[in-house]
Amino acid sequence: MQPLLYRYDGSFEGFLCCVFDSYARKEQPTEICEESTAQLSLFPVHRVVTDPAHAKRVFSSLRARISAKAEDLVLLGFLTCMHERERVLLQFIRLGFRYGAKVTDMLSDPTVSALEKAVGHLREEAHLLLGFVRFSEYEGRLAAVISPKNQVLPLMQAHFCARFPEETFCIYDDVHNEALLYRPHVGGIFSISAFSLPEADAREQYFRSLWRVFYETIAIQDRENPKCRQTQMPKRYWPHLTEMRPE
Amino acid sequence: MTTLEKLKILTDAAKYDVACTSSGVDRAGKAGALGSSAACGICHSFSADGRCISLLKVLFTNRCICDCQYCLNRRSNDMPRAAFTPRELADLTIAFYRRNYIEGLFLSSGILRNADYTCEMLLETLRILRREYHFRGYIHVKAIPGADEQLLARLGLLADRMSVNIEMPSEKSLQKLCPEKTRQSVLHPMGWIAERIAQNTHELAKYRHAPAFVPAGQSTQMIVGATPESDFQILRLAQGLYQNYGLKRVFYSAYIPVSDSALLPPLGSKPPLQREHRLYQADWLMRFYGFQAQELLDEAHPNLHPQLDPKCCWALRHPEFFPVELERADPHTLLRVPGIGPKSMRAILRARRAGSLRLEALPKLGVVCKRAQYFITCSGRRPKDLVLTPEAMWRALLPAPKKGAAPLPGQLCWEDFMPRMSGGNHAAASLPL
Repeated sequence: MQPLLYRYDGSFEGFLCCVFDSYARKEQPTEICEESTAQLSLFPVHRVVTDPAHAKRVFSSLRARISAKAEDLVLLGFLTCMHERERVLLQFIRLGFRYGAKVTDMLSDPTVSALEKAVGHLREEAHLLLGFVRFSEYEGRLAAVISPKNQVLPLMQAHFCARFPEETFCIYDDVHNEALLYRPHVGGIFSISAFSLPEADAREQYFRSLWRVFYETIAIQDRENPKCRQTQMPKRYWPHLTEMRPE
Repeated sequence: MTTLEKLKILTDAAKYDVACTSSGVDRAGKAGALGSSAACGICHSFSADGRCISLLKVLFTNRCICDCQYCLNRRSNDMPRAAFTPRELADLTIAFYRRNYIEGLFLSSGILRNADYTCEMLLETLRILRREYHFRGYIHVKAIPGADEQLLARLGLLADRMSVNIEMPSEKSLQKLCPEKTRQSVLHPMGWIAERIAQNTHELAKYRHAPAFVPAGQSTQMIVGATPESDFQILRLAQGLYQNYGLKRVFYSAYIPVSDSALLPPLGSKPPLQREHRLYQADWLMRFYGFQAQELLDEAHPNLHPQLDPKCCWALRHPEFFPVELERADPHTLLRVPGIGPKSMRAILRARRAGSLRLEALPKLGVVCKRAQYFITCSGRRPKDLVLTPEAMWRALLPAPKKGAAPLPGQLCWEDFMPRMSGGNHAAASLPL
């Protein structure tokens, strides 16, 4: 097959337009990538123009012609850090239009299983981070930083907004440069280009030291098992964990 | 004494309690309140021993009037003692909770003065959390044995989970090691809690807003390896607790020597971690896979195999059950195949609805083929190149010994099979099949 490259603007709508163009032009791109990260190429390149009307048509057909479950899978799939994410999603949508609702159960298909796996990874990471987020208090407001592989904030929003309804808080994702911001009874996810936190005050330092003491003490020396700990709590989360960071 | 010092002493005293789960109750957040609970439970950290930290696990006090031999806090043990005040502990819980360090509180206590007084202290702590802070996070509280039922009833209305530790797997061991306790004094509150939960379920069905009594159920824990009970006895006891008392969890805790009592394993001996691991595996088989204790073990084989997991052992002892045809088997049968768990079972059901199953696709469904391959057929096909004699299967399923390591006691090696080949029969007899 002749290599064919698609470039798009990186938005979800832009991706839906890639799907639209792929059908309209009767061709299958071998690679779809974001304009900003793309490298110079000798192969033919098609620049996809984001047209909200096209995007809407593709999106509504997901539910109408495949199923609500497939729509969810595509939405979540776009948040993952899957290798060749857009190409796999396009392939999945093509399969969906061909087989209908049963596509989400075709787990032995390499495309479907890759997507299921990636979405599983996303959900797992979001679930882990529900526990691994560490807030610090700055004058009554709470702030935390995370560095996830997947775009997990949309999956964490409902949990934290319901858990701390009367707090003002912020969770910043420094990989995808977006933040979940909340003040009593309103919240949302916003793109943020720069973010920095002030030094923790004495009171905050005190609670951190209390937590560290608890963490050190709760472990049973005779059962020490660093490998098990690292499996359960991978090292890439450690930099933001109060208890794993030296004072 | 500062809060920091108290926290250190009272955490240290509580760390041998195993339970740290925050699961079993779904409670959404609410405007004007603080916190929520998720039925799946959320782990917030993992300590250096690899155990999950979900709750702030502390004792209210480690002063105690009892003298149980296996317990770190027995009154004859010379160690620093401390006690929180209810307000102090509630404030600490909220400060940790707001920073997302924890999912809630796990509160146990030594017996201060008497059971009722201790129970009132716990009650006051929980009251401050629930009524003053409007805390909706998870609370696990230990039922204080011997406390007044009225007090326990009030405690149960504030907590999510309540537990009474059965500690020793048999009456005899309990009497030997805890002269103050009897089997009855442990089982009585457990039965009482079970009764209250049943009654509350009834009330909740009638009146939607009836206050919930320990909505996440009760759990217990027993110490393994301090006394001579076999795994079979332990599992049968656990099964009885699940069936008769409706327990949500039984925790097993490998005994770590904390006492120089002559009645117990000597200080410095290693905790039986592998045995504890196998017991948990068997426990899971009973709770999620539909196994009975009597199927996994019997009088002739009273202990779980150290090198091979209990499900594989069961499968090897029941060749008549296999092979299982994955295209047609019902969910319960699928769950009995080694290498297939609830998740991969559901994946198989979904995948075979969408089309025919192929052996090559099984790893994608989460089936562990390394174990499953000996026990399945797929559209009538069996994996190729497998030797399906019991001996070969045993050998293939046992973990490979580390290079250069001496074979573990009881581990089969090639020599075990040699005499059989030269006509002898005693090697086969030694197989624990």
